[in-house]
Amino acid sequence: MERIPILKIGNLLLVSIQVDLQDRTVITLEEDLAEKIVATGARGVVIDITALDIVDSFTGRMLATIASISRVLDAETVVVGMRPAVAITLVELGLSLEGIKTALDVERGMRLLSARA
Amino acid sequence: MTAQELPIAGDADVVRVRQLVRTAAVAARLSLVDQTKLVTAASELARNTLTHGGGGSATVEQVSSTIKAGVRVVFHDKGPGIPDIALALTDGYTSANGMGLGLGGAKRLVDTFDIVSSPGEGTTVTVVKWAR
Ligand SMILES: Nc1ncnc2c1ncn2[C@@H]1O[C@H](COP(=O)(O)OP(=O)(O)OP(=O)(O)O)[C@@H](O)[C@H]1O
Ligand SMILES: [Mg+2]
Repeated sequence: MERIPILKIGNLLLVSIQVDLQDRTVITLEEDLAEKIVATGARGVVIDITALDIVDSFTGRMLATIASISRVLDAETVVVGMRPAVAITLVELGLSLEGIKTALDVERGMRLLSARA
Repeated sequence: MTAQELPIAGDADVVRVRQLVRTAAVAARLSLVDQTKLVTAASELARNTLTHGGGGSATVEQVSSTIKAGVRVVFHDKGPGIPDIALALTDGYTSANGMGLGLGGAKRLVDTFDIVSSPGEGTTVTVVKWAR
């Protein structure tokens, strides 16, 4: 099973989702991330989905879960890099990603979070 | 491309279905947005086949009318079936702990959407997306 790496940059964590996600990979990511937030005292999490060519309800739920876990651990989540076609499809699917902050790219996402940290 | 059938028995198969649907959508010259919509719908339906239908198959085929090309995907399982299809299509309705967006959302993302299902006999969902 692939394991998604989590990078520490200052007091932020960066996760670039590169693989075609499978259920087990997602569960492992959620656990790894929760542990890493606590271990590093990170104040924010940037999830880069540039490489994802679709976001379905399964992935949407993962993003929402990660945001909730982070919030409970006092870290904020920003999802960055959504492709235009993915954004259009998400809206039609009915996934609003309400409550999840987004930014166009990693740099902007990190800026958004460091304003808080 | 002739019709190609893939089994849906695990997570990895859902990924394979997405990849095959993408290939067919590119071959049928669907726009990037339409490819994305079809692949997303296929992902939802393949996951339903797996989690609610107990596994089954997806058959992916390029189709054409006199004026346009498209892709048809048929999802089939011999699971419990859907007792109330209208209810299942309602956004937010889930019998598991999902978000209940998959079925209704998939319907919005394709051009033709057809469900045949009866309790105890399984479910067949057929979708078509045409190139514009
Ligand atoms: N192949 C199937 N066999 C039996 N029941 C199904 C099948 N597909 C869908 N259903 C029923 O329809 C309901 C709605 O499906 P839908 O995909 O919209 O939501 P979900 O799968 O429960 O959640 P989500 O897709 O948002 O994670 C399901 O909860 C299930 O009861
Ligand atoms: Mg579903």
